[in-house]
Amino acid sequence: MKKILFIEDESTLQEAVGEFLRQKGFFVLKAMDGETGLRLAKSERPDLILLDLVLPKKEGFEVLEELKGDEGTKNIPVIILTNLEGLKDLDKAMSFGATTYLVKTQYKLEEIFEKIKKIIGE
Amino acid sequence: MDENSFLSQLNIFKQCRRYGVSLWQCPQFLFVVMGLVIILTSVLSYLIGSRYIAEEETVVMIVLIVSIFLFVLSYTITRSFERVAEASRMKSEFINIVSHQLRSPLTNIKWTFEILSSEDFDVPESKQEEYFINVKENIARMVELIDDLLIVSRIEQGQLPIQKKEFDFAELVAEQVSRYKIFSEASHIKLSLAVEEGLPKIFADSSLLKLVIENLIDNAIRYTTGKGEIAVNIKRRDNNKILFSVKDSGVGIPEKDQKYIFQKFFRAENALKQRTKGSGLGLYVCKTIVEKSGGQVWFKSKDQQGTTFFVVLPIK
Repeated sequence: MKKILFIEDESTLQEAVGEFLRQKGFFVLKAMDGETGLRLAKSERPDLILLDLVLPKKEGFEVLEELKGDEGTKNIPVIILTNLEGLKDLDKAMSFGATTYLVKTQYKLEEIFEKIKKIIGE
Repeated sequence: MDENSFLSQLNIFKQCRRYGVSLWQCPQFLFVVMGLVIILTSVLSYLIGSRYIAEEETVVMIVLIVSIFLFVLSYTITRSFERVAEASRMKSEFINIVSHQLRSPLTNIKWTFEILSSEDFDVPESKQEEYFINVKENIARMVELIDDLLIVSRIEQGQLPIQKKEFDFAELVAEQVSRYKIFSEASHIKLSLAVEEGLPKIFADSSLLKLVIENLIDNAIRYTTGKGEIAVNIKRRDNNKILFSVKDSGVGIPEKDQKYIFQKFFRAENALKQRTKGSGLGLYVCKTIVEKSGGQVWFKSKDQQGTTFFVVLPIK
């Protein structure tokens, strides 16, 4: 079973999306802030990370930078899942090594599932 | 760091991009152009002057006066352009923040509905109610933001209607306190109200002051994590005023943020990082309403040690 780490501070989303991914057959780890997310990424080595950018304790960009700077986690694909829509944010995330950048309101959960499937398989 | 910011001040093209206006509307660029015009004018007027006026000192004096005049003029003009450009920049930032603030609850609603209406997705019986409550809460969040935005827009256009009448302020507070008790108790927060006896009625706009009371109590609950206490107090002050205060045992306001908290969207900018949800407009709305009612609002707070907001209102 593939392991996905979902770093998101909105509990509603954490709950709903987590449940959705579980039913799709993934093992979902949840983190409500950047620090916890980073710690879990290092200790659990998930197959993929879904990362929000606006996070308490440690911002998404910092988390991404540290993930990509760490030997143990730098090869884990990271999907940015955010509501920040600026081109600057997108460029920054891609230059930090994100695999893809998705604006939440523009996608259905099914479409996000398709993206995940493409990256790590089912 | 300082050197960097000084150098970037000199890079006018970068500065102009920041404002997002055309080069000819950009204050820094205009200032440079004006500077060149001044130098050119000075040289020209010196050359022309020295041809017709015999005394060198007179020529220099005239050139000096003309260039000082031009300098002051161009400085004033570019300063006013700077204000316009800054306003335009803040407007786009404002739109960015608002759209982010609206998108968050919208995503929650959209995805929760997708799950609830999906045929292959099996919503556990126990979760169904929770999902519907989520949708309801997020719709309320959007409504709240839009209401706040409308009030802000009215404030900025100077169209906030104030309808004063005589009413019992303590009674209005008591109503709100009992309404918010449901929420505070759900979060294990003790919400209490103490009213000095024999308070007179006040002459003000009750529907606007209700917003102030709601905002302050709501904030106190939001920023108190875990068990805590909120004490609401009303008493007379200086014979012709009343003092309303809301004291919480919450997270407090860090010192470096304290001078900004009444600014529009402040929390949105710095506190995009923070957990609590809110429009970032509440305190701005409070301050404007209180000041329009002839009162004052201020606070005392220490990081991690709670905050007390005070509102003084005139009785008449």
